[in-house]
Amino acid sequence: MQNLIALFNFEFFRNAFLAAFMASITCGIIGTYIVSRRIVFISGGITHASFGGIGMGYYFGFDPILGAVGFGILSALGIELFTRRADLREDSAIAMLWSLGMALGVIFIFLTPGYAPNLMSYLFGNILTVSTADLLFLFCLSIFVIGFFLMFYRMIIFVSFDEEFALTNNAPVRLFNSLLISLVALTIVLNIRVVGIILVMSLLTIPQAIANLFTKRFDVMMFYSIGFGFLGSVTGLVLSYLYDVPSGAAIIFTLVVLYGVIKLLFLLLGRAKLTGSTS
Amino acid sequence: MESLVEIRNLSVGYGQNIVLREVNLTIKPHDFIGVIGPNGGGKTTLLKALLGLISPLAGEIIFAESMTGGSAHRIGYLPQINNIDRKFPVTVFDVVRSGLMSRKRLIGRYSSDENERANNLMDEMGIFGIRHKAIGELSGGQIQRALLCRALVNNPRLLILDEPNTYVDNRFERELYEKLKLLNEKLAILLVSHDLGTISTYVKSYACVNSSLHYHSGNEVTPELLKSYECPIQIISHGDIPHTVLHNHNS
Repeated sequence: MQNLIALFNFEFFRNAFLAAFMASITCGIIGTYIVSRRIVFISGGITHASFGGIGMGYYFGFDPILGAVGFGILSALGIELFTRRADLREDSAIAMLWSLGMALGVIFIFLTPGYAPNLMSYLFGNILTVSTADLLFLFCLSIFVIGFFLMFYRMIIFVSFDEEFALTNNAPVRLFNSLLISLVALTIVLNIRVVGIILVMSLLTIPQAIANLFTKRFDVMMFYSIGFGFLGSVTGLVLSYLYDVPSGAAIIFTLVVLYGVIKLLFLLLGRAKLTGSTS
Repeated sequence: MESLVEIRNLSVGYGQNIVLREVNLTIKPHDFIGVIGPNGGGKTTLLKALLGLISPLAGEIIFAESMTGGSAHRIGYLPQINNIDRKFPVTVFDVVRSGLMSRKRLIGRYSSDENERANNLMDEMGIFGIRHKAIGELSGGQIQRALLCRALVNNPRLLILDEPNTYVDNRFERELYEKLKLLNEKLAILLVSHDLGTISTYVKSYACVNSSLHYHSGNEVTPELLKSYECPIQIISHGDIPHTVLHNHNS
């Protein structure tokens, strides 16, 4: 325990701890939206499409995360638009965008002369190397996501639950769909630094799966997801430090184990005992 | 009597595929119109056009001033229960209150007035006790009740119901139709249904939809009406139901 507390003397660990905290907030809120709305596959497409932006960043020499932000948001809005013009099958369109982004990323990195530093940290994440700039981005995103959901919570639920009914009430459905899918893209991209492209979807879905065992309400689910996400990422962070394994993998592994244990407890003890009530 | 909605020479469809042609229909304040017809005949398309979800290819839908006046939307809509994602994490109370969203600005809370109206409606429908439950925890009938509350909470002048009798128990179905009969004293109702036999005692007139629309005032089940199904049908029921079906003499 002493050793663990001593870890906070290191700047890299304090940064990682803060990153884990903000990753949990953003992924907890946005992940609840993704899971409720059943757009996990769309989000996976956005995640991988953003790799194209990372490749461009390497090739043209700007911050790969900025490239990923651009690619992420464009592909998110692209999918949003595509799925309206119903000629192309939605899942095929997403799969195409998914692989196009990855292909572009690979081509650009291949064309970039010399060795691509940190490439592994984009693919698998490394929370122990997050920079002050990364933290600042994550901080701004957290504030924005919290503010957006506090302010428009009712409209978000209205538009997400029954889009057709919302349309008959002249609600700004398309505007909110576009805003929300852009927020999804931003959350994914800025959390790539924490767990990497390959694993970021898990941070947006596993805490929600655990939360969903306890509650079936959107607002409660967001808070539970943030809590379990934080528990999982800090535990994973410590494991990553102790056993010298990649942080992203350690975090996701912890979360899956956490889900398994809680699910097992539910099965053994019954749901009513653990949640304390029937609702 | 002033009409609420007038549909004139309406044609609607999706892309190149015209589903409804040259439809004319007038909806008056105390109408109770049963919309029937075969699957794929365009019943749901007619509703979507009325709700403004698809725009007409030709013709027009004219709403009375009392339907569009003010910021509030004056059509209450009960979608087919299949359109609802029953796993979406939302409570009954929030579903019911969302029927008030057309009068709300982007931000702000529901007023105590609005909450009270939602509470009263839920009480009337017998779902007040489960208002804080998520819809995923309810039965089909309970979800229908919640959706009906959502359709009514904004005091609509026209209530549109799309097959409200799917996935519900007989008891709820009976209650629903009794409820609709009462509501009909205050508002017009357009009911899409396959269940010809049970609704005919409440419905005042019929619109048979099968790529075109035939309107029958009066509530008798006529041979023409049955013909609109374009397949041999029979009505099956247990005893004590006062109706007669006559054979054609020379078939």
